[in-house]
Amino acid sequence: MNLLKVDNLVTRLRNGAAIVDGVSFEIAAGETFALLGESGCGKSMTALSLMRLLPDGVANAGGAVQMDGAALFDLPEHDMREVRGGKMAMIFQEPGLSLNPVMTVGAQIAEVLALHQDIKGMQTNQRCIELLAQVGIPDAARRVHEYPFQLSGGMKQRVMIAMALAGSPKLLIADEPTTALDVTIQAQVLRLLRDTQDKLGMAMLLITHDLGVVAENAHRVGVMYAGQIVEQASREQLFSRPLHPYTQKLFAALPDAARSGQPLSAIPGSVPPLGSIPQGCRFAPRCDQAWALCREQTPKWTTVDGRGVRCHLYNSAESRVLRTESLSRHSALSTRDSALGTRYSALLQVEDLQVHFPIRKGLLQRVVGQVKAVDGVSLSLPQGRTLALVGESGCGKTTLGKALLQLIPPSAGSVRFAGNELIGTKSSRSAMQMVFQDPYASLNPKMRVAEILEEGMTALNIGADSETRQAHIDGLLDKVGLARDSKWRYPHEFSGGQRQRIAIARALAVSPQLLICDEPTSALDVSVQAQILNLLKALQRELGLSYLFITHNLAVVEYLAHEVCVMYLGRIVERGMTEEVLRSPKHPYTQALLSAVPRIDGAGREYVKLEGDMPSPANPPSGCHFAPRCPKRMAECTAYPVEAEISATHVVRCHLYDRRD
Amino acid sequence: MLAYLIRRILYAVPILIGVNLLTFALFFVVNTPDDMARMQLGIKRVTPEAIEKWKQQRGYDKPLLINSAAGGTDKLTDTIFWQKSASMFVFDFGYSDDGRSIGREIAKRMGPSLAIALPTFLIGLIVYVSFALLMTMFRATALDMAGVALCVLLMSISGLFYIIGGQFVVSKLWHLVPISGYAGGADSFKFVVLPILIGVAGSIGSSSRWYRTIFLEEIGKDYVRTARAKGLSELRVLFTHVLKNAMIPILTGVVVVIPLLFMGSLLTESFFGIPGLGSYTIDAINAQDFSVVRAMVFLGSVLYIVGLILTDISYTVVDPRVRLQ
Amino acid sequence: MNFIPFILWSDALVFLLLAAGGVAAWYVRRREHLLLPWRRVARSGVAMVSLLVLSLFLLVGFLDTLHYRSALPQTNGSGKVYSPEVLSVFDSLVGPLRTHTEKTYSEPFALVLYAKESISDAQGNIVRDYPRLQYGGAHLSDASRRDADVVKRALVGGGLGLLVGLLSFYLTHGTLRCTSGCDRGVFIATLILTTFIGAIANLAIVYHVLGTDKVGQDVLYLSLKSIRTGLIIGTVTTLVTLPLALFLGVAAGYFRGWVDDIIQYIYTVLSSIPSVLLIAAMVLMMQLFIDKHADWFDLAALRADARLVVLCLILGLTSWTGLCRLLRGETLKLREMEYIQAAQSFGVSSLRILTRHIMPNVMHIILIALVMDFSALVLAEAVLSYVGVGVDPSMISFGTMINAARLEMGREPMVWWALAAAFGFMLVLVLAANLFADAVRDAFDPRLNGTESKA
Repeated sequence: MNLLKVDNLVTRLRNGAAIVDGVSFEIAAGETFALLGESGCGKSMTALSLMRLLPDGVANAGGAVQMDGAALFDLPEHDMREVRGGKMAMIFQEPGLSLNPVMTVGAQIAEVLALHQDIKGMQTNQRCIELLAQVGIPDAARRVHEYPFQLSGGMKQRVMIAMALAGSPKLLIADEPTTALDVTIQAQVLRLLRDTQDKLGMAMLLITHDLGVVAENAHRVGVMYAGQIVEQASREQLFSRPLHPYTQKLFAALPDAARSGQPLSAIPGSVPPLGSIPQGCRFAPRCDQAWALCREQTPKWTTVDGRGVRCHLYNSAESRVLRTESLSRHSALSTRDSALGTRYSALLQVEDLQVHFPIRKGLLQRVVGQVKAVDGVSLSLPQGRTLALVGESGCGKTTLGKALLQLIPPSAGSVRFAGNELIGTKSSRSAMQMVFQDPYASLNPKMRVAEILEEGMTALNIGADSETRQAHIDGLLDKVGLARDSKWRYPHEFSGGQRQRIAIARALAVSPQLLICDEPTSALDVSVQAQILNLLKALQRELGLSYLFITHNLAVVEYLAHEVCVMYLGRIVERGMTEEVLRSPKHPYTQALLSAVPRIDGAGREYVKLEGDMPSPANPPSGCHFAPRCPKRMAECTAYPVEAEISATHVVRCHLYDRRD
Repeated sequence: MLAYLIRRILYAVPILIGVNLLTFALFFVVNTPDDMARMQLGIKRVTPEAIEKWKQQRGYDKPLLINSAAGGTDKLTDTIFWQKSASMFVFDFGYSDDGRSIGREIAKRMGPSLAIALPTFLIGLIVYVSFALLMTMFRATALDMAGVALCVLLMSISGLFYIIGGQFVVSKLWHLVPISGYAGGADSFKFVVLPILIGVAGSIGSSSRWYRTIFLEEIGKDYVRTARAKGLSELRVLFTHVLKNAMIPILTGVVVVIPLLFMGSLLTESFFGIPGLGSYTIDAINAQDFSVVRAMVFLGSVLYIVGLILTDISYTVVDPRVRLQ
Repeated sequence: MNFIPFILWSDALVFLLLAAGGVAAWYVRRREHLLLPWRRVARSGVAMVSLLVLSLFLLVGFLDTLHYRSALPQTNGSGKVYSPEVLSVFDSLVGPLRTHTEKTYSEPFALVLYAKESISDAQGNIVRDYPRLQYGGAHLSDASRRDADVVKRALVGGGLGLLVGLLSFYLTHGTLRCTSGCDRGVFIATLILTTFIGAIANLAIVYHVLGTDKVGQDVLYLSLKSIRTGLIIGTVTTLVTLPLALFLGVAAGYFRGWVDDIIQYIYTVLSSIPSVLLIAAMVLMMQLFIDKHADWFDLAALRADARLVVLCLILGLTSWTGLCRLLRGETLKLREMEYIQAAQSFGVSSLRILTRHIMPNVMHIILIALVMDFSALVLAEAVLSYVGVGVDPSMISFGTMINAARLEMGREPMVWWALAAAFGFMLVLVLAANLFADAVRDAFDPRLNGTESKA
């Protein structure tokens, strides 16, 4: 008997378009079922439908949900409230926004206790403290009286979990519970969820876009695309042999080191708008295995070997023979980077760069301290190579990128570009350009593409006249793979991936030698990310560009970068060639970071647990910044370690390696 | 936090100096005291002697900023600026054209003004917030739509209509209360009830709609979804979660007007013959009594700034983020 | 030529506004993404009906803005002399309404004056009775046939109006069927309006549809004349508000630092003074100034007009602070946007960033604020005129109408029609403006659009 049985769920917008279209699945007690899908595929709406918490303008339009013997859609609202928070609890993506900012943590948990456990009065506080301690919040007795803004992001998500657990639910719905968190915090929270589930035997519906999270947490997986589940299987089945072309493509689009020599297999185009494909398979327009039938007839749900798939490939007799094509991964390691160890002349040379922001306090707004966002960073980047700058949010990597472009004035240090000092001058605007994170915020919505591309050229006097510039723009659009006539259109007419192409073209318009890419793919879906990574790689080959690639995504680093710098709290703790750093990390932080990344092959490294959160850069620990969280901290760590050379190219700042005996 | 408040209070000083300079420039530089005298005396009686006498009686015969004839500190203090403008910082407002002390008049008239303004404010707040909550509760239904339509209609009606219409219906047709007038003590009730009702009705449209917008904005936030996911009833969600958070934007608009209640309402007081500060101001404007207008301008901005500071204090009460940082 | 065009200051400002509006419309028409929110406005039936009503008001206001002075009959061959009376095209169109002046008050559709007078009857006896009006219903010999005549004229006029409405619809759409691309509500509203206007027009020729005021002027005429004053207050004020708020707000938000400090200081000082008092103080001072320089204004119309323009100026000076604060806040947000940083990394100049990147992206705020302010200003005019710091008492406006009529409240039976007319016209104008403003806000506010598209 399954705990939850969802049958043919349909959820529609007021205008009739179906966001969730005939979704069915079951979850057994103690089991984790993952709904995997890209943004806008309807996975969150599925969860909200189960809770009957759909936002205004969206309504349930059919199907049935059985939970623990009760038909949820037939319950009166009053009884449904017993279910919410009692039998079925939910945690959300943004812990920062999901907690009431003006109520203490304890008061918010107490509401659940009073409602579902009938715990009131004196006992409440005790139980709240127990719950907070259970989710691993240190000093729970004090935290219970604090407000959400006094907690870090990871702590807030723990509070959300504690609040969900307070009603002793049988099913926990976790909607992208770690997407807004850093990777080390993500590892903590996911581990907490797994442990809690083991202990309490509750079922979990895990909603995510991250194959790695699925691989480490789910028992069974439903893959969603455009409002439908296109494939459903156990984790082992799915990861050993995905059936649906979409799922296959998702796997193929994931960047990693094994594929760094070859282009990623990107899915062309983007997710179709709601209701735009009334008949046929919704993936057909982007599918390279589609044939006529796929466009005419909606594929039926087919069960194969105890797993389900919605694809014509598997429901006709002749195609029953499962295609044996598996995702063999060619090892490309040998082909890559044969020139390891070759000395490149440095295009960009940064010495001891510092960016400090004053902290003002008191009556007269005196400067009482400095936020050391970038605290003495040195790095060098050769021509035609990619240097990845890796770190968690708040480590100063974006500030560093902007300081290089002098968008933020550096406080000290030197930045030499092709031998010329940049600080204090504005000479080499055209040599270095930036590609920003959010393609929706980085293009002015009121300017045409041509105007956007021309702006830099005009400002830097590139191109003799308007005609030359227009010709140049056409060339740029060709280069980034956009149609030439798109230059007369406005940004809102493009999808996220296309916008990022425009942003790249804008940077290229002034023929820079170095592109600073600030998380250029983190706002994009996996399939679109692959398109952009391919483009960046092709451009590097063609134009000999150098990239400073700022990211938190280690898979992208493995795929794209030649060298890596790992940043922690304004300082670089380890740098070296990509293989060196990612294969044999030396700094305990790098080790922890790498071990925290969920891996789709399931072959997780030994998990290095990190305590707590990154401290504030306004008040960093003395000596090695990482020491307070370091599992290997020693007495020496109160002093700032010098650089220790592991190899000619691999340098680490840690006392573990500076004993020269 | 204390430092923050002290800083806010200190910031008020340059603002008040600015207001003072602005009024001074407006009243004494754009037009000279001679012009004022000429207008007050009327065309017929204008003789240079009459103007001099008028100015002397009121102390306008001094130099504007610097009295070069005087010595010592009198150089600065024996001037129009010092005696008429700077003196307002110690709430010395001087005398009106009919020779009465403005300060004393203000003190006397604050009571009647408050008798109308304070109940109007409190009852209004309750009515508007309740109406807005009601619309929020039934959001996106016909009831809500009707409520919004009513609000738009009500806010499209001139404020003068509420007063004239109210006086006509309640006092003239139904003879329930006197049309106008005021008495102290227990008698005051029958005089203030209609102005208060009209004051409340006058801004029910715009205020309720504003509060509804605030509530709707709050109700769309993620923490409300969390509260519902806990199994709380819609009413509990609205009253414990939404209302608490909505207090922050509501206070921004509400607390700042509390000190200004002392100033009374210009229209209501003059229509109903309430001897408060509002009618005092209107009478002064009609009589072109500049000293009174000047005093009221300065008093108004002092009260507004007090309101701003009160707003800052009120944030610390409702918003822990301000209180604890 | 027996007239010369005459342009008052306020007329010139209106023409300036119209020209600016025309340029803006031409600019928007050629840009699909700017047109998009307007299409959303156009899809709202309520908005279009409001716009229809508003444009009627605008038409009256515009006709009333085309001023001229007619030539006086020539005397002994000297050069042409023009009348000191400044008339407008509107005045000449509604000729009889303006010239049919009775002795004093009369009720709507009345045949007789409001007050009894001593009149001599056919036999030469002096009796006290209500005298017949000079113009109102003068074509009727038998007073008892008035009601039938009113109904007949209303029906004829209404029928003609309906025909005109249908005809204009046929001419623009080529059919009489309201199918796709035609809003049924707008269609019906148009027909109702043309019918109504037809009926009123046909009645107004021979009756005082809304009665007459103390000096016997037709109240309908006064109400229609008030429209221009209201519109000018509501629109010309923005000529002052807009540049101040835009430049100061955007500059404060973009440059921050001491520029921001100074601008914030200025607007805190201005907004700390209760606005009615500030306006009152300024108007009193300006009035004194105008009086002092009375010789600058050789015509009465010029003087009244100067006061109107100055009032707009003062309203603008006291009301830019709110918009300025809004724009400053939005600019603070915008300057952190990545496209601004992209421009900065090219070394694009601050001025160019302000004009190309920031200003186009705050336009929706400005537009919303302007349409929202319009109705508030129209209402404020009435209140200010009552307080005595509004338009010149000689200028016809809703405020002066209400002010004059209010004094007659105590009369028995009450003189209600002038008040009712002023309030009624104001209500229709402000309601239409409010509804239209709502539709504009819904269409332009990105936040509201966000929630809609998500839902």
